[in-house]
Amino acid sequence: MSNKVIYAIYNDDDILMDAVKKTRAAHHHIEDVFTPFPVHGLDKAMGLAPTRLAICSFLYGLCGLSFGTWMMNYIMIQDWPQDIGGKPSFSYIENMPSFVPIMFEETVFFAAHLMVITFYMRSRLWPFKEAENPDVRTTDDHFLMEVAVNNNEEELVSFFEKTGAVEVKVIEKH
Amino acid sequence: MKLLILLSATEVATEAHAHATKEESHAVAEVAHDSTEAQTSTAVVKDSLATPVVAHETHVATEAHAEAGEHKVDAHAEHEAHLKHVLHQLQNKPWAALYVACIFFMLVSLGVLAFYAIQQVAQSGWSPVLFRVMQGITAYLPVGSVIFFVILILCGLHFNHLFVWLGEGVTEKGHENYDAIIAGKSGYLNFPFWIIRAAIFLIGWNLYRHYSRKNCLAQDEANDDSFYKKNFKMSAGFLVFFIVTESIMSWDWIMSVDPHWFSTLFGWYVFASFLVSGVTTICLITVYLKSKGYLEHVNTSHVHDLAKFMFGFSVFWTYLWFSQFMLIWYANIPEEVTYFVTRIQQYNLPFFGAVVMNFLFPVLILINTDFKRISWILVMAGVVILLGHYIDFFNMIMPGTVGDQWFIGVSEIASVLFFLGLFIYVVFTALTKVPLLAKRNPFIEESKHFHY
Repeated sequence: MSNKVIYAIYNDDDILMDAVKKTRAAHHHIEDVFTPFPVHGLDKAMGLAPTRLAICSFLYGLCGLSFGTWMMNYIMIQDWPQDIGGKPSFSYIENMPSFVPIMFEETVFFAAHLMVITFYMRSRLWPFKEAENPDVRTTDDHFLMEVAVNNNEEELVSFFEKTGAVEVKVIEKH
Repeated sequence: MKLLILLSATEVATEAHAHATKEESHAVAEVAHDSTEAQTSTAVVKDSLATPVVAHETHVATEAHAEAGEHKVDAHAEHEAHLKHVLHQLQNKPWAALYVACIFFMLVSLGVLAFYAIQQVAQSGWSPVLFRVMQGITAYLPVGSVIFFVILILCGLHFNHLFVWLGEGVTEKGHENYDAIIAGKSGYLNFPFWIIRAAIFLIGWNLYRHYSRKNCLAQDEANDDSFYKKNFKMSAGFLVFFIVTESIMSWDWIMSVDPHWFSTLFGWYVFASFLVSGVTTICLITVYLKSKGYLEHVNTSHVHDLAKFMFGFSVFWTYLWFSQFMLIWYANIPEEVTYFVTRIQQYNLPFFGAVVMNFLFPVLILINTDFKRISWILVMAGVVILLGHYIDFFNMIMPGTVGDQWFIGVSEIASVLFFLGLFIYVVFTALTKVPLLAKRNPFIEESKHFHY
């Protein structure tokens, strides 16, 4: 079975947005859209689900807060409760104000870094990763929409030519 | 709390007073602190003369002295002094309740005014549809200022004992109320200078409010943007005036109820408190007017922005609250730390409750993007924030005026309800005077179509 896709290439983000909306309305399945910069509202037009990265980050922050609290409690209160400059180390709460800066920073550190790593993993980004540009111009000034072909090649080509595409290509994908 | 342990070295070294009972010893020590009100035995006054700072501290750690008991003071005189002290605190109660409610509502409208000026100067594109709402809220400022100024004058005329440093004989050497520390500050803390400052601040803020609204209305009818530009320049000038006067205001009207204590970031702290209350008030009134169908162009994105400010300024307040607390707790210098010792010992629930209401609750509820668009969640969060900041002001004023005699009872609730009613009356009356949408603001079209 051949794996054909259409590359419809545009040179303006407004035209692209219109094309995406028309394609969705015509019930053609959009595989992907490649743009040189974030196009505001494109995810909504494509019907992509909202990201849950913020929820991850919140949970990572809670982990960081717990870690900071556990660490300071173990080191300063449980393991070796010394009298350092008269600070009360009888229980965690009594000396808590001096731990807050660490608890705060741990929270931010965990929330930020783990969220970034989550982002890299979910979007499959790492050093030496092979770039996936379907067309080098999409990193500069062109926009590309990839649509699957299901025995309706001619219909699709004429459809995309009408949406203002500067170029419509049919590609055999492996 | 263990703060006390750290203090005890100073305390034990203090020349202690004789004490018949623990309760009475407590009273005497507090009298030393509150020397205006002290119609007390000479022993105490001598003490406060010799080691004023330490005498000020004594009420923190009366228990430490109780055992020490070195010189005998007539138990009867001491009991009288105790009664006198408590009487003054009880007499202060309704005054302090009135004062807290009055300054709180006045500062809420001042917070809205500052936020409004910031929006003007920042040329924000989202907020012009809310300008008339903000102007409506600041309509309370002139009314609140007059009542507040009258209360300040009454303080100066000795109708109450809210400000210890306004007491008789406090700066007079040899007088039984003489307080060397306050006398040393009398170049700044004296009634004429204080009341003139208050008048300048209040008049300055009200002038800006008046002319800014006037120009905004004139801009509606104008053919060019000259009134808009005038407002822009005036707002920039006001913000400079505001931040200077706000800082001094916080020393004059709030910090000086504890005239032995000082904190450098206090002005910012007070500012954060009433700014977040002001933004919350804008949000609540916007949500209300929107629900009644009066704000055609306000959408959930505008409300979302207000909610983000509520969230952000709540965190900002907490940052300053904690910075002030932690620096003083950490260094534990006796003359500074008493401020928090009295609050933790006598105001434990309101003191830490304010942090829960002003930080924990809003942060957890307003961190969610979807929640920031849901009216009932905003109303709930807003009510908690406003109550929390009332308690914040309560915590600032009450310990220095009524001490451990505090209670949120009839006088406190009645004062809040009185000013709340007045606030609602004035604000909603003002909202009926002009259309709720500015016409020719250069950013009004952008604001109408604001979408986040």
